[in-house]
Amino acid sequence: MGFSGFRVLKEGLFGQKGWTPQWRNPDPKDEYDIVIIGGGGHGLSTAFYLAKEHGMTNIAVLEKGYLGGGNVGRNTTIVRANYFLPGNSEFYSHSLNLWEGMEQELNYNTMMSQRGVINLFHSDGQRDAFARRGNAMVNQGDDAELLDVAGVRKHLPYLDFENGRFPIYGGLLHRRGGTARHDAVAWGYARGADQRGVDLIQNCEVTGIDIEAGVVKGVQTTRGAIRAKKVAIVTAGRSGQVAAMAGMRLPIESHVLQAFVTEGLKPVIDHVVSYGMGHFYISQSDKGGLVFGGDLDFYASYAARGNLPMKEHVMEAAMTLMPMIGKARVLRSWGGIMDMTPDGSPIIDKTHIEGLFLDCGWCYGGFKAVPGSGYSFAHLLATGQHHAPAAGFRLDRFRDGVGLMDEEGTGAQHNLH
Amino acid sequence: MRINCPVCGERDRREFYYVGDAVALDRPDRDAGLDAWDSYVHLRDNPAGLTRDLWHHEAGCGAWLVVTRNTGTHAVSDVVLAREVVR
Amino acid sequence: MRLCQVETVPFTFDGVTYRGVVGETLAAALIANGVKMVARSFKYHRPRGVMGSGSEEPNALVTIGRGAAAEPNVRATVQEVYSGLEAFSQNAWPSLKTDVMAVNDLVSPFLGAGFYYKTFMWPKAFWEKVYEPVIRRAAGLGGLSGKADPETYEKAFAFCDVLVIGAGPAGLMAALVAGEAGADVILAEEDSALGGRLLAEVEDIDGLPAMRWVADVEARLQAMPNVRVMTRTAVTGAYDQGTFGAFERVDRAGLKACFWRIVAKRSVLCAGALERGIAFPNNDRPGVMMAGAVRAYANRWDVATGTRVAVFGNTGDVARTARDLTDAGIEVVTLIDAAAGEHVIGTKGRHGLTSITVDRNGVVEQIEVDCLAVTGGWNPTVHLTCHMNGRPVWDDAIASFVPTPGAVPDMVTAGACHGVFHTMGCLLDGAQIAEAVVKTLGLKAKPVVLPDADATPYVITPVWSVAGKGRKWIDYQNDVHVKDIELAARENFRSVEHMKRYTTQGMAPDQGKSSNVVALAVLADVTGRGIPETGTTTFRPPFVPVPIAAMGAGGAGMGFAPQRYTTSHAASAAVGAPMIEAGLWYRPSYFPAEGETNWRQSCDREVNMVREAVGVVDVSTLGKIDIQGPDAAALLDFVYSNTFSTLKVGRARYGLMLREDGHVLDDGTTARLGENHYVMTTTTAASGLVMRHLEFVLQVLRPDLDARVISVTEQWAQFGVAGPKSRELLNGLLDQGVDELPFMGCADVTVGGVRARLFRISFSGEMAFELAVPARFGADLYGALVDRAAALGGGPYGMEALNVLRIEKGFITHAEIHGRVTAFDIGLDRIVSLKKDCVGQAMSRRAGLLGGDRAQLVGLKPVGDVKQLSAGAHLFESDAEPVRVNGQGYITSVGFSPTLGVMLALGFLDRGRARHGEVIRMVDHMRGLDAQVEVCDPVFFDPEGGRVRG
Repeated sequence: MGFSGFRVLKEGLFGQKGWTPQWRNPDPKDEYDIVIIGGGGHGLSTAFYLAKEHGMTNIAVLEKGYLGGGNVGRNTTIVRANYFLPGNSEFYSHSLNLWEGMEQELNYNTMMSQRGVINLFHSDGQRDAFARRGNAMVNQGDDAELLDVAGVRKHLPYLDFENGRFPIYGGLLHRRGGTARHDAVAWGYARGADQRGVDLIQNCEVTGIDIEAGVVKGVQTTRGAIRAKKVAIVTAGRSGQVAAMAGMRLPIESHVLQAFVTEGLKPVIDHVVSYGMGHFYISQSDKGGLVFGGDLDFYASYAARGNLPMKEHVMEAAMTLMPMIGKARVLRSWGGIMDMTPDGSPIIDKTHIEGLFLDCGWCYGGFKAVPGSGYSFAHLLATGQHHAPAAGFRLDRFRDGVGLMDEEGTGAQHNLH
Repeated sequence: MRINCPVCGERDRREFYYVGDAVALDRPDRDAGLDAWDSYVHLRDNPAGLTRDLWHHEAGCGAWLVVTRNTGTHAVSDVVLAREVVR
Repeated sequence: MRLCQVETVPFTFDGVTYRGVVGETLAAALIANGVKMVARSFKYHRPRGVMGSGSEEPNALVTIGRGAAAEPNVRATVQEVYSGLEAFSQNAWPSLKTDVMAVNDLVSPFLGAGFYYKTFMWPKAFWEKVYEPVIRRAAGLGGLSGKADPETYEKAFAFCDVLVIGAGPAGLMAALVAGEAGADVILAEEDSALGGRLLAEVEDIDGLPAMRWVADVEARLQAMPNVRVMTRTAVTGAYDQGTFGAFERVDRAGLKACFWRIVAKRSVLCAGALERGIAFPNNDRPGVMMAGAVRAYANRWDVATGTRVAVFGNTGDVARTARDLTDAGIEVVTLIDAAAGEHVIGTKGRHGLTSITVDRNGVVEQIEVDCLAVTGGWNPTVHLTCHMNGRPVWDDAIASFVPTPGAVPDMVTAGACHGVFHTMGCLLDGAQIAEAVVKTLGLKAKPVVLPDADATPYVITPVWSVAGKGRKWIDYQNDVHVKDIELAARENFRSVEHMKRYTTQGMAPDQGKSSNVVALAVLADVTGRGIPETGTTTFRPPFVPVPIAAMGAGGAGMGFAPQRYTTSHAASAAVGAPMIEAGLWYRPSYFPAEGETNWRQSCDREVNMVREAVGVVDVSTLGKIDIQGPDAAALLDFVYSNTFSTLKVGRARYGLMLREDGHVLDDGTTARLGENHYVMTTTTAASGLVMRHLEFVLQVLRPDLDARVISVTEQWAQFGVAGPKSRELLNGLLDQGVDELPFMGCADVTVGGVRARLFRISFSGEMAFELAVPARFGADLYGALVDRAAALGGGPYGMEALNVLRIEKGFITHAEIHGRVTAFDIGLDRIVSLKKDCVGQAMSRRAGLLGGDRAQLVGLKPVGDVKQLSAGAHLFESDAEPVRVNGQGYITSVGFSPTLGVMLALGFLDRGRARHGEVIRMVDHMRGLDAQVEVCDPVFFDPEGGRVRG
């Protein structure tokens, strides 16, 4: 049954008794056309677009925990299309377009809020680099404006323009960027996929991938064997372990990225502000919490919890950039497992095993890619052809050096992107 | 995290720089072929559990260390100087 | 109402002046003054009063102070009263009593859990324009002032053998035993005083009031030099290898707070327990309080929470509360024994409790009370044991969760947080556990004589939610009630994490401290599962919210990163040179001369000066690495793509360094000072990175090489002297002549007897030298160089001119070698020697890094009407639309060349080296520039290099 303001009123009058489950709890069938390993944002959106765009519904999403329990449920909710290298530009542009229609497409209010993303710069050289980025965004058909100091001051009057460690030279404003309610994205795709007949199976951990003569045949799970014509690995930080079940080594190292939220505060930060010199970024949620984060903890980890030095570094950056934030109290900090690649860009590709597909390597940027990744991966799974906006995300680019997308320019050290 | 530097003793994580898997110790010959080099530079076992990785005591003695560590718990079970690792 | 006469000081709440006792909590003072309603809830703006007596308080959050020092969301139950304290209520407008947003409560039937996911979608534009702004304004609790935090915070490290967290009976015993065994002990207590629950209870220890025992133990602890007692210090997080974060509220000597990093070999968690409530209709009215808090106010603060009090609960605390209140002279109207099936099923009183409705097994009566003390039992404070992903386990005996042993390495738990719920047990547990802990440290505990204390067993009949109409609140802060959890389950948000996220249960400032266990029990009940099967959500750090200013202490202003100054800084600053930063160094941008009104005039003059006479520039910021040893040459051959073993002593060479992935890492000149002695120059930005890289190569990749490296960047001050008169400048200044030094030569020289190094290298295309002296002589040498330059018609030049000079010559910087560039791209692939192995060689031969369509370094000159070029602009064929698919490259550096009278650019263009002479289009949407440019060789000036050779 659809969601609407009218329905909310009606159910309110009748004690909320008429609401029904937003998705079923089906038992796994013996066989599916496609088994998607991983019930996070990317896995759920892949299932949704397989059903919606390709009419494929004999599909299972296998989730070892609860739906949306991975990085889609623990990120800082930022949505943007401000990449500058070909291959990334068109993909994130496409994804942003999908974000803008998501609420109607899913009949779910994911609270996409295009508050504007401002990346600050602090030298002439950085200004030029951001100009290049902004130009790439406009060339791609997205929006970007180069702000001078006065422009930044107008939008972000609370920054320390006088005494901050790195003087603010300006910023790149991306008005269509913003935030969304992360859990709702997972739930909206889950509900949409379920309504179209996809089986979402929680508490079902994949323990093996069945391969015969180079062709994938299905998976072993904690709820029994499931046959499948195609198997899609969409397991983010756990991609290495799942791929190892198929005998593959991936160009991925898993790292912890922390995030933080403060107690609820009255509106004070309207934009998404990103401070590259301090590896600090921040926005304010609709509930009033300041949501912020920094850089990776820098060592390979699956612990999903952050270390103290990085917490302190992030808060020190906050203090030099916006000292008015000092009295805000950090309420909670957590960590997600990032699937870091050697060039910081993702992988959506087939593998050398027939029928086995990969969608991984999203580093710390997977949330904004949720719709685009699902759309493009569904295209690849359904048609066997790369979807044009994601055609650059090849697995073999590392081996051959063709089409590397190293936005940071830091090279093949996984944790530097 | 604290790491017991064989030269300096136990020190806080913030004194160390991390580079990645100790695979770096096994650098292929320059003519080993693309697959060997791809594996060396890009591919990782990325274990959820015990791993050996390389840390630099940059804000200390400058030693590069091979640290045996659990990626699930961050427990450190062994630290040796990279120089002394027999290959 | 106060239960005894005390000396008071004035404070204000919402502008009204009251009187309180210095050091008591603001909550105690407000209650003493009869203030019942202190806050509005988050979602429905319901009137709320003080609920508890500790940092877990869900309701009584206030703003303290005004202006820049205003501090939002302060727990009134923690804030200590001082004379002149100003407190304000939050989340209410225009006033606490008359709050417009309370209308939310009237329409609450429509605002069930997650309602916002189902609506506000039409029309599409309305979410951001209408709905969301309204929601944002309504949300949040207190507000930030918007001004820089004016107070002082600091951070500190501490180390100990045993960290004892919590100073209740268990913690005090543990600290005493560990301290007397000789261990270095830190006892951290969140409260302003030691004692834990003993502060709030009426109990005897060894026949005397318990606080006498506490005072005695405190004195013994304070007397031990190996014990440090830290009050007002909440341990906020448990991290790896025995590291803890702790937040100390200092509020004296000009210091607001201190954030501690405590490293402990062992830790003993004695964090006690938190009382939980019972979900019954309208259980959130001001005056409904936790029974333990009611006792705390009566027993510790001598304050009555009401004049007619009822007690409702399911443990022996019902009788204990009644006893304490009666003894304090407070009328206890009735006891409602939940364990016997007696329930409170309703309450009345809009801004303060006036009556309760009680159902005693079918007999319903309304009873007038102004305070209801409620207890649903106690939950061990397991939080810190969960910070490293441990999950607590359900214990039926206490109907709550207890820590999983070993959840945090080297941490043990004792006392109430360990599930031991009477004082005697806590004393014993603390002593025994500390004995075991000190034993693991190789110490021996002294025999302990345990004092005699209360040992009444804890008996509980779990009661979570009672029948009855009306909303039964669970999470007071986020306004989550039983029906919200039922709705979540109905919509299949049955996983505990789904329920939490859908209803926001436990996500408010108290992080569910007072509500999570009840919520889990209700969810378990609704879904027909047991509580253990339902599981828990995770507790994450910090245990109590920590101000960003505390954890980020030292970061404000210039504190965030070091500032590096050259030896010539003072001289440059004295003549008004604006500074720019590179690699944390400050470098002069240009040197404004008299009459110059903008930087371009200065820059043009400085460029001309170098081309025509001589200029002096401080290049000390470039990384300098001293390399010595029998295998120094072999090391350089391995880290540089070209060869250095063939370099003659007394000569320097340009070197290109690759990353192992085959891209350019850095470049610079390296000079051979002796057979086994080189000095390497790196770019300013990459100096640290290259130093680390060299150590990596020596220790990890090539430990067979006998060489040593050391950074000498800060030990040597180095100055460039560039221009046709550079020789003239140096001759006479140096103790030796420079005429014999060939291009790319180096020599040991002396300047006024001071040992110096002279290099004939150039980054300007002019005849040029770099002269290095020990840094202590830098300022003097710089002065001498500038004086001599001035006498020759020259002077100092800054980064702007340096940049133009190098662009005219097509020299690259990190604007060009930005990390995605190969030797091929910059036309240097031929210098990658294949005669030997080097870092990056194998991967640089990959197909994708060589040839093909890769963008290559080119020079660009304007040829159309638009003469302005800009870095960051993209390149297209001359008539192509500026869209991504037509992109062919980009500009990396631009500068106006006074030498050539035109703007010049360097950039990367697809197949650029084969396109010299072609006219293409440059578009910069950001700066509104669209120019026709001609592709040319990147060396614009003196391509033959005659000038540099003299």
